[in-house]
Amino acid sequence: MRKPLYGLIAEFAAPEQLVYAAGEAHSEGYRKMDAYSPLPIEELHHVMHIPDTKLPRFVLAAGLLGSIGGFGLLYWITVINYPHNVGGRPLNSWPQYIPITFETTVLLAGLTTLVTMIALCGLPMPYHPVFNVPRFRLASRDRFFLCIEAEDPRFDLQRTRQFLESLHPHEVTEVEI
Amino acid sequence: MPPEKLGSETTTVAAGPEPVLAPGHNYATISDKIAAVPLEVGWPRFWIVGFTITFSIVMMLLATITWLLARGVGIWGINIPVGWGFDIINFVWWIGIGHAGTLISAILLLLKQQWRMSISRSAEAMTLFAVACAGIFPLLHTGRPWLAYWMLPIPTVMSMWPQPRSPLLWDVFAVSTYGIISLVFWYVGLIPDLATMRDKARSRFGQVAYGALALGWRGSARHWNHYEMATLILAGMSTPLVLSVHTVVSFDFAISLIPGWHTTIFPPYFVAGAIYSGFAMVLTLAIPLRAWYKMQDFITMKHIDNMCKVMLATGWIVAYGYLMEAFMSWYSGNFWELFMMKNRATGPYGWSYWMLILFNVLIPQVLWLKKARRNVALVFITAIIINIGMWLERFVIIVTSLARDFVPSSWGMYYPTKYDWSMFIGTIGFFLCLMYVFVRLLPALSIFEIRTIVPRAEKGGSH
Repeated sequence: MRKPLYGLIAEFAAPEQLVYAAGEAHSEGYRKMDAYSPLPIEELHHVMHIPDTKLPRFVLAAGLLGSIGGFGLLYWITVINYPHNVGGRPLNSWPQYIPITFETTVLLAGLTTLVTMIALCGLPMPYHPVFNVPRFRLASRDRFFLCIEAEDPRFDLQRTRQFLESLHPHEVTEVEI
Repeated sequence: MPPEKLGSETTTVAAGPEPVLAPGHNYATISDKIAAVPLEVGWPRFWIVGFTITFSIVMMLLATITWLLARGVGIWGINIPVGWGFDIINFVWWIGIGHAGTLISAILLLLKQQWRMSISRSAEAMTLFAVACAGIFPLLHTGRPWLAYWMLPIPTVMSMWPQPRSPLLWDVFAVSTYGIISLVFWYVGLIPDLATMRDKARSRFGQVAYGALALGWRGSARHWNHYEMATLILAGMSTPLVLSVHTVVSFDFAISLIPGWHTTIFPPYFVAGAIYSGFAMVLTLAIPLRAWYKMQDFITMKHIDNMCKVMLATGWIVAYGYLMEAFMSWYSGNFWELFMMKNRATGPYGWSYWMLILFNVLIPQVLWLKKARRNVALVFITAIIINIGMWLERFVIIVTSLARDFVPSSWGMYYPTKYDWSMFIGTIGFFLCLMYVFVRLLPALSIFEIRTIVPRAEKGGSH
């Protein structure tokens, strides 16, 4: 009995080849696929039609929460919970709250950037099928990989392998789950 | 691993503007060379010697702190009127040093400066360690550091709150936010490189440790999509943050009424001084790093040259600050401001003012000469001199203004004690010790960012 397959992975030597291969695979109709590279390649987002990341809206929400929360905290301290009359000066001395409000904004937005980025990437994920490919360890050094996943409706072991071979990869390997 | 022979392409690359990466490198050589420092170089003699010395200094710091906690801040030279002595001088000095790291990683990223890539990682580590050293001083200066939580806005049974109208509380928020966000930025930058380390580590322990920290990063295009945006956002937020931190630090002085402190030029002049001293410290660290670990291909003369130019520019902003302080004290016609300036230049601490002018304004002018900027030893000495000069600047500002304020009956001299010195030297040892540990355990240069500046012709081609 054959082991279930995660997909087929093709290895390339240069980023241009990976971009070309990913573009071809997309026009071929493959959607369940991913490209792996040791450095960010902007063109991949375009050829694979990866949607823009939703990260900024989370950060914006956190930033707003941080600024409202920070200012609100200071207002609550100085006006409501612990009002202190200093020579009749106004309790809500808002210009003096700006530095701390700014810092709480950045703090919350920055921490949210980290957490959301990790969550959107689906990390931490210690195990992933592509790590079963021995040469995949080079994906963090100097090699470029394109994996077409078996879940893709157009995936067919023979035809997909032929298609990947036609892109002149270094080699095509089956990825076990 | 021998670099790929590329012949004519290599010459074409070298003929353009001076490269920020030595020719002949490709993705593989970059990854192997930088990752080899923690993984293969092991325990070279300079590392063992340096670590041992700095670690002994850390022990001295711990002994000083223990004595300080036992006896109180009276073991320092501070007293009325100079209640802010070495502790606040050192605090401002360390915070300022940290600023270059954020400038390199955030502001130069937004400006798309490629030369930042090979120095950003170590500069960010420098930021973190400098902030750690800085934080020690005000914490211990409170005298009762175990009550430091009183500075946080948390409800307690005393139903007292910290005073949000005070710049000292702004400082608490600014510095702690700065420390946390710097750590976040540094870690985010490390994730892809930790994956490289995981894949290259041969020992099981290395694979598991780097692997856990890398969170399972696999360089997927979807990951990079989120990742690049996260880096951009963090850079965009760190830029105003770093400017705000030293601005708030300068408010600690500028919002008071002490002559010599109460001036509006402080925020920009403090920020420029911070970047000035920070670049001096980056050079102080990068020059031995590149020599010891043979990283001249990545930290090239172009980098040193650029950093010297940044120091020259910020040095002139600082010099302008000194000039304006003197001018405004005269132009204001204010008796105490005039006296402050006269006292600063000719009073009992006059030597420190003129040494400051010599170290921060006069000597660094040698960097105008291209020959000087290309002389590594000379640049290293100049950087050390600027480090000392920037420390003197904080000494001049804090001590001369406090020692002689308005009424002669409240004047008093300040003399640091041996505990002031052992605290100060102790934090320098702590800082360097952390740098040694960092270089030994993590890739000291950003591998994936340097990959992105490999010239097109050398990307490897087909096999």
